[in-house]
Amino acid sequence: MSYLLNKAFLNAKKENRPALLTYTVAGDNTKKKSLEILKSISNYADICELGFPHNTPIADGGQIQTSAYRAIKNGIKIKDVFSIAKNFKKSKKNTPIILMGYYNMIFQFNENKFLDKCKKSYVDGLIVVDLPYPENKSFASKCKKNGINFIQLVSPTTSQIRLKKIIKDSHDMVYYISMLSTTGGKLKVSPKKILERYNKIKNQNKSKNVVIGFGITEKTIKSLKKADGLVVGSAICKEISKSIERRQNTVTNVTNIVKRLRNKIQ
Amino acid sequence: MKLKMKLKRGIPLIDQHDQQGFWGGKFGGSFIPETLKKPVEDLTKEFKQLRNNKEFLKKRDFYFKNYIGSPTSFVKLENLSNHLGGAQIWAKVVSEANGGAHKIYNATVHALICKAMGKKYIVGDTGAGYAGKMLSMAAKKFGLKCKIFMGAKDIKRQKPNCDAMKKNGAEIVPVYSGSQTLVDAVSECMRYWVSNCDNTHMCVGSTVGPNIFVKICGWSTAQISRELKTQLKKEFKKIPNKIKLINCVGGGSSAYGFWSEFIDFDKKQIELIGVEAGGPKKSKLHAAPLSRNAKVGILHGAASYVCQNNEGQISNTESISAGLDYPGVSPIHCFLKDTKRARYTYATDEDALNAHVMVTKFEKLNPSLEPSHAFAEAIKIAPKLGKDTIIIVNSCGDAKKDRDILRERLGKH
Repeated sequence: MSYLLNKAFLNAKKENRPALLTYTVAGDNTKKKSLEILKSISNYADICELGFPHNTPIADGGQIQTSAYRAIKNGIKIKDVFSIAKNFKKSKKNTPIILMGYYNMIFQFNENKFLDKCKKSYVDGLIVVDLPYPENKSFASKCKKNGINFIQLVSPTTSQIRLKKIIKDSHDMVYYISMLSTTGGKLKVSPKKILERYNKIKNQNKSKNVVIGFGITEKTIKSLKKADGLVVGSAICKEISKSIERRQNTVTNVTNIVKRLRNKIQ
Repeated sequence: MKLKMKLKRGIPLIDQHDQQGFWGGKFGGSFIPETLKKPVEDLTKEFKQLRNNKEFLKKRDFYFKNYIGSPTSFVKLENLSNHLGGAQIWAKVVSEANGGAHKIYNATVHALICKAMGKKYIVGDTGAGYAGKMLSMAAKKFGLKCKIFMGAKDIKRQKPNCDAMKKNGAEIVPVYSGSQTLVDAVSECMRYWVSNCDNTHMCVGSTVGPNIFVKICGWSTAQISRELKTQLKKEFKKIPNKIKLINCVGGGSSAYGFWSEFIDFDKKQIELIGVEAGGPKKSKLHAAPLSRNAKVGILHGAASYVCQNNEGQISNTESISAGLDYPGVSPIHCFLKDTKRARYTYATDEDALNAHVMVTKFEKLNPSLEPSHAFAEAIKIAPKLGKDTIIIVNSCGDAKKDRDILRERLGKH
């Protein structure tokens, strides 16, 4: 199993802060630009999530949808996603990269071939939004065999019994969805409540790295800094949209936002 | 090793799935985000209990009879049959149902379930606006607050149904993402449910989506074939020896409802024919994943044949009939196709228009563009068949909603 994820969490812990995870969509707004963004933000982010865009996303909010449609419109293909990941790793071999997307893309590519490509592109982990437990059991174990972390998701609606089973079947990282929402919603639950629930998950098995995502922005990130890791996606995608609209430099603007996020949890 | 798919007898098709929700080990399932696992499980339990609850069944039957107007009539299309020669053509006039189409069955059952679960809000998707209109009707009838998700493009082209929804007190939420049609409306509705599943019930407008929604919808529309079975026995003293049941297929809810009682029959006695939307004659785009060999993919939480590209991006579709304009199809129809119990074909926009013209010319029947696809197939095969063959078409929608399109394409009406 790729050890880079664990290492990234460990490094952050040494600095007494949560790991910062970013999410950007591969190919947003071009293949070249998304690679540049990735390289630049990884100076401040500990782990980079890279979305492979799908045109029928059932769990993404407006910001990420916009990024995904933009990337697809610009002709992004799965092979480009892998090449972005691989190129990224050429210069940042110690920064873990997680691919994230919807199952149909993997299904059409073929599970085994997809994992083989992941391995060859040095991908460390996978998040598949619409392949929940226990449906993901066989795919998750295939991931493990290939040295790739399959990242299980847990939500506020996950029952206690289910939580136990999911944690038992999880690899190094678990993703807690902070609230009932698509990505990019306004944080509608108090940080205190979110952390209470987070602790319940964490207490199941302290060795798992539990990250919190959904609704995390510059405004909210500080209040959740007790977590092992925090994911920011929509706020970044929004910045890309804004920069394009204003004809500004996306790489600089996005890097600045990630830098500020990092400073808030330092 | 490939297992051979088999239909079971004596068990409703909606219940012939495995533990993970797959029909034939391959179609359906529940590909949903973690957040929806619990609400889907709750709904699954509730439905299992309700469908065995005598009080609930009584309620359902009461509203089917007194609110929807069950049974809808079963009539011989004498003039059309004589004109074509060959097989007898009959119609099950489901468009007589309250609201003008079969969508009212599913909408009514979902409203009843929503009430039983103590939820006050109901949301649904719509393409042509029928599913939305019916859900808004049912919501009003049962005192529920209702939101309908509809593609911005569809809102423009289906104004009469939008007006009806608003009149019923429903809020129409325009969807601007993607192609701004049904496929995006369903996605947006599911996204809304992800965010509000604690107090809101979701109705999926056809036999598509995660397993439980396929089941609830199929269970609701099955009323059509229960009625037809009784009507056949009454008309012919027994079930005739050569029947062909022809139905249009978009998501597949009316076709399943029309066929469910007859799936156990030998296909030599009762042939099931599904007609998909072939799109404009000269266009490469269509909405016919079953008959034009689309690959299996995952759309809106279920595996089915789906119009998509090599990478798994869902394709744009094109059809004159908004109600059939969906890139996926019900997993139960995929199962019926692969087990060869049903045969699927398609009719083009032009075929459907011609069929509409012919049926309205000869009969006092005004089928909408969706069942006109089914009539196109009936008109095509009837002359080649003998008088002892009974073709029955499910005339599942009324053409009032198509007024503008018909005027534009035919220059009259």
